[in-house]
Amino acid sequence: MSEKILTKRLENPGYGGTIEEHLATGGYQAIAKALKEHTPASLIELVRRSGLRGRGGAGFPTGVKWGFVPKDPGLTKYLVCNADESEPGTFKDLDLIMRDPHQLLEGILLASYAIGCQTAYIYIRGEFIAGATILERAIKDAATHGFLGKDILGSGFSVEIHPHRGAGAYICGEETALLESLEGKRGLPRLKPPFPATAGLYRLPTVVNNVETLCNLPHIVLRGPEWFSSIGTPKSTGTRIFSVSGHVRRPGNYELPIDVPMRELIFEHAGGMRDGRRLKAVIPGGSSVPVLTEQYLDTRMDFESLAKAGSMAGSGGVIVMDESTCMVRTGEVVARFYHHESCGQCTQCREGTAWLHKTLRRIEEGRGRKADLDLLLDICENMKGKTICPLSDAAAMPIESYLKYFGDEFEQHIVERACPFASTDGS
Amino acid sequence: MTEETIHKILSRYPHRRSALLPLLHLCQQEAGYLTDEALRLLSKRLGLSPTQVVEVVTFYDMFHLKPGGQREIWVCHNLSCSLLGAEKVVRRFEEALGIGAGETTQDGLFRLKRVECLAACGIAPVVQVGAEYYGPVSPQDVAQFVERLRAQSAVSNQGSAFLPKADG
Ligand SMILES: Cc1cc2nc3c(=O)[nH]c(=O)nc-3n(C[C@H](O)[C@H](O)[C@H](O)COP(=O)(O)O)c2cc1C
Ligand code: SF4
Ligand code: FES
Repeated sequence: MSEKILTKRLENPGYGGTIEEHLATGGYQAIAKALKEHTPASLIELVRRSGLRGRGGAGFPTGVKWGFVPKDPGLTKYLVCNADESEPGTFKDLDLIMRDPHQLLEGILLASYAIGCQTAYIYIRGEFIAGATILERAIKDAATHGFLGKDILGSGFSVEIHPHRGAGAYICGEETALLESLEGKRGLPRLKPPFPATAGLYRLPTVVNNVETLCNLPHIVLRGPEWFSSIGTPKSTGTRIFSVSGHVRRPGNYELPIDVPMRELIFEHAGGMRDGRRLKAVIPGGSSVPVLTEQYLDTRMDFESLAKAGSMAGSGGVIVMDESTCMVRTGEVVARFYHHESCGQCTQCREGTAWLHKTLRRIEEGRGRKADLDLLLDICENMKGKTICPLSDAAAMPIESYLKYFGDEFEQHIVERACPFASTDGS
Repeated sequence: MTEETIHKILSRYPHRRSALLPLLHLCQQEAGYLTDEALRLLSKRLGLSPTQVVEVVTFYDMFHLKPGGQREIWVCHNLSCSLLGAEKVVRRFEEALGIGAGETTQDGLFRLKRVECLAACGIAPVVQVGAEYYGPVSPQDVAQFVERLRAQSAVSNQGSAFLPKADG
C-alpha cells in the first residue's frame, strides 16, 4: 500500500475533523514553520521545487502561477479557493472539506502568505450547503485558536477567510467565470489575457487554486519538496485523489501516487467491474476529456501519460463503463450537459452544443441519418479553439472520441433505426 | 433577514455587489423563492438596477422567481448517475409524486427537479433534498423514500401549527 498524504488522517476511523483532532495530528505546524523559516519568496520557490501541479483540471504548476503575482506591497491581492467541484465525475474536494476542513484552511493560509494576500475566499458550489456550514465553523475555530485574523502567531501576517456559495452553474468552476460570480455578476468567462494573477478579482492580482492543490501545501512545507517530488514522475509529482464512479464494484475516492496505472486503479482499488461484465470505456479525467478503451488500461494516470494516450488527466474524475453501455446515449447525456451549461457568449459554443445534443438525441432515438456522423464531426471541428473559454472544446473533444472508438455503434443506431442496447437507462 | 445579518455579509467584501449571491440565498431560504419585495430590497441595498439583479437571478439554476414546493427533490441525471439507473429513478419519482420533473405537487409540498452532477457520483444514483444527499437510490426505493418525506413534512407542519410562524 502506498502512503497517503491528504487522506492519511481519514484512515483513522474515529477522525472527525475538529480543530482539536487536527492539532493532535500535526495540524497548523506547517504555517508556524513557514512563518518562522520562510519569506514569501522562499515559500514560492519551495512549492515550485516540489513540482506541485494544479488539481483543478489544467495541471498548471502552482509555484509558477504564484510567481506571476506582482510583488508590489501596495497592491491588494486575493486568493480564491476553487471549491466549485462542478466537473461531472469528480467528488473529491467535497470529501476533503467535509472530513478535514482545517487541512484546507492551513493550505489557504500558506498560499496567502506566499502571495501576500489578506483576504481569501472559498467559492463553494451552491448545492453543497453542509460543506459551507462546516467551513464557517472551522474558520471560527481556527480564529479562536489564533490561526486566522490579525497578527497570526505573532508574525505580523494577517488573513481572513470567507466561504462564498455559488448557485448552480457549472461554468462558475472556470476561474474567470468564478471571479465574475464572486463579484456578484453572471458567471460569464472573461477573455484572457489578462490572467487573474495580474487582473483577477476586482481587477486586482488573484490566485485561483483548487481545494486539493491547496491541501497539499502543509505537507510540502513540513516534509520538503524533495520528498514530494520523489512520488510520481519528474513532471507529475505527489499523489492524486481519483474519484472513481460508474460500473465498478467499489466506487469512491482513492488517493494514490499520481502515476498509478489505470488498470491498478480500476481493478485493484475500485474492485474491478460489476456483475462480471467486461470493461468497455473509461473517461479518465471528468466528462470533459476524451474517452479511452480497454487497450489503454496500462496507461498511467499522470498528466503526460494520459496526454500521450490521447486523453487528459483533467479533474481526476474516472468514469468507468462496462459492455452494457450505449456510447450514443453517453454522448447524448454529455452533450445535453454542455448545452445546458454553455453561458452563450460565443456563437460556436452556444450553437455547437445545441446541435450536438439535438443530433445525438436523434441518433439515440433511432431517427438518425447517415449524414449525421459527418455532421457531428463537422460541428465538433467548428467548436474547437475559437472561444472565450475552454468549455466549447470540452464539449467537442469527448464526442469526437466516442465517434473515433465506437463509430460502428453510431452507424448501427442509424441502420437499425433503434438503440441496440435494450437495457440502456435512457430507453 | 436582520440588519445585523446584512451587515455581517457586507463586511466580507470590499464591494457591496459581491454580497448579492449570499443575500439572494438568504432571501430565498426565508420565503422559499425570490419575492419582488426581496429583489427590490437587494437592488436598493447594493446599489444595483433591478435589471442587474434579475439577470443574475435568472443565470443561476438554484434561484427561483416563483413559489415552488416547500421542499425540492433533486435527482441527478448526469453521466455517472445515468449509468446506474438515474432515468428510472426520475420516472419512479414522477409516478410516486404524480407530476413531471420540473413541476410542483398539487398540495404544494414538493417540487421535483432534474439536476446536473452533484459531485457525489461515488454514491450514484444520487438524490438531494435540502442539505442531505442520498445514494445509491435504486428505483425500487423511491416509493418508500417519498412516503418518508411526506411523513417528515406532516410532522413539521404540525409543529408550525403550534409555533408562531417565522416570517423573516
Ligand atoms: C468549464 C470549466 C470548469 C471548471 N471547473 C472547475 C472546478 O469545478 N473546480 C476547479 O478546481 N477547477 C475547475 N476548472 C479549472 C479552473 O479554471 C482553474 O484552472 C483551476 O481552479 C485552477 O486551480 P489549480 O491550478 O489549483 O488547478 C474549470 C475549468 C473550466 C474551463
Ligand atoms: S466557450 Fe461557451 S461557456 Fe465558454 S465563454 Fe464561450 S459560450 Fe461561454
Ligand atoms: S453524476 Fe450524479 S452526482 Fe455526479
